[in-house]
Amino acid sequence: MSERFPRGRTAIVGAATFGQGRAPGYEASDLAAVASIAALKEAGLTPADVDGLFFCHGVDTLGGLSFAQYLGIHPKVVDNNRLGGSAFQAYVETAAWLLDAGLIEVALIAYGSNQATAAGKLVNTVRPMTYEAPYRPLNPVSSYALAAGRHMHAFGTTKAQLGEVAVAARAWAQRNPEAFKRDPLSLDDYLGSRLVSDPLSVLDCCLVTDGGAAVVMTRADRARDLAATPAYVLGAASETTHREIAWMPDLTVTGAARSGARAYAQAGLGPAEVDVVQVYDAFTINTILFLEDLGFCPKGEGGRFVEGGRIAPGGELPVNTNGGGLSCVHPGMNGLFGIIEAVRQVRGEAGKRQVAGAKVGLAHGNGGVLSSQATVILGAAA
Amino acid sequence: MSETRPDEDFRRFLAEGRFMIQRSAESGRHVFFPRVAEPGTGAPLEWVEASGRGVVHATTVVRKKPPEPSYNVAIIELAEGPRMMSRVEGIAPEAVVIGMAVTARIVEQEGEPVVVFDPAGSPA
Repeated sequence: MSERFPRGRTAIVGAATFGQGRAPGYEASDLAAVASIAALKEAGLTPADVDGLFFCHGVDTLGGLSFAQYLGIHPKVVDNNRLGGSAFQAYVETAAWLLDAGLIEVALIAYGSNQATAAGKLVNTVRPMTYEAPYRPLNPVSSYALAAGRHMHAFGTTKAQLGEVAVAARAWAQRNPEAFKRDPLSLDDYLGSRLVSDPLSVLDCCLVTDGGAAVVMTRADRARDLAATPAYVLGAASETTHREIAWMPDLTVTGAARSGARAYAQAGLGPAEVDVVQVYDAFTINTILFLEDLGFCPKGEGGRFVEGGRIAPGGELPVNTNGGGLSCVHPGMNGLFGIIEAVRQVRGEAGKRQVAGAKVGLAHGNGGVLSSQATVILGAAA
Repeated sequence: MSETRPDEDFRRFLAEGRFMIQRSAESGRHVFFPRVAEPGTGAPLEWVEASGRGVVHATTVVRKKPPEPSYNVAIIELAEGPRMMSRVEGIAPEAVVIGMAVTARIVEQEGEPVVVFDPAGSPA
């Protein structure tokens, strides 16, 4: 398969988070702005250098414009896509092309949300679908629950295997001082957690936190002259398959199978060459589905694959090394935090959770209810 | 090109006691949810009565704090092919299982007719 992509010709040159967990007193834009300025500073840049802005706000549909105004910049390109949690991986994809084409020089990808302190719960910002609403699914949980139940039926995946995902995420979070949930979590704790929408329990669901995040991208030739170590963009690809869960073509196969295959083809490598994996774990079933669809194990084997601590610290495949949406941070959308963790890992900046010798990191984003998928592959070398 | 008003027509049929879905005039493929053209091809669609027969494709129980009852949410695969979200009534929500044969029934919910399903063979 031939996939055109400006492989290694752009790089992430700044990455920062702010206010992960609880950030009282800050508006969403404040959180995004603190992270943005820190990410730019890492590269020796300021907001005035940004001519491509990639930003979506949880509830403000014109948030990209609002954030440009906040930063006091006049970008040539504002991408305000609303793919959900995969928006940020898709931003990397778009920014890579626009940078390589010469339309923009510096891309800022940013996000912030204060939903934990402002609302105290996950803020649902989507319009209920006419043909779903009468049945009162508790979305997004119920949609993922329907997919999880289907995976169990088709492949014999068990509740305890879903629990392995939650336990591994927590063990990683315990090595990350920025993670929100760091108290110990055992499989027994998991199995005792209250059902929300069968088969998913409270501990199958991501956190609700505040948080801001930002990354800065430039062309690789410029990246080499900037202050920070570049993380080169080797591949980035997206695929959308549906919106509501009833119309997902196969509830056990996500668009990651295609976005991943395309990103690998662009990068010229495969899952065996990936040292560290970040997947959007809105729910435990996500990690299992994405490990399968991204080629780390065969379809249907994800549950068995995660058993025995294989994706936990010390296991053979490090997955969601910051603790993920399950235990680190989930301010409505988590995709950008996975990209930042991949950057930190390939730069060797991940402290006690650093994967030794990590050279290639994959960050996969998921939007809607397994609806929109986007995969980014980063490398320490171009 | 299209004389159908998808949502409006669907609701009017339901109010008349008819569960109607759409069929491509070209491929014969059935379609749900209602729309102005066949997905993928853009071909015209015509309304046909659904058989009402289906199979549970996926199921969950939305857990509520007692005394509010927990309830079923399911994806039903219709005999004609398309899938839809609905719920199975008449049995405990956790007794609904994948593969169960079900039959459609129109009920009124908050003044609007909606399609729900019963286990096949249960008394109407």
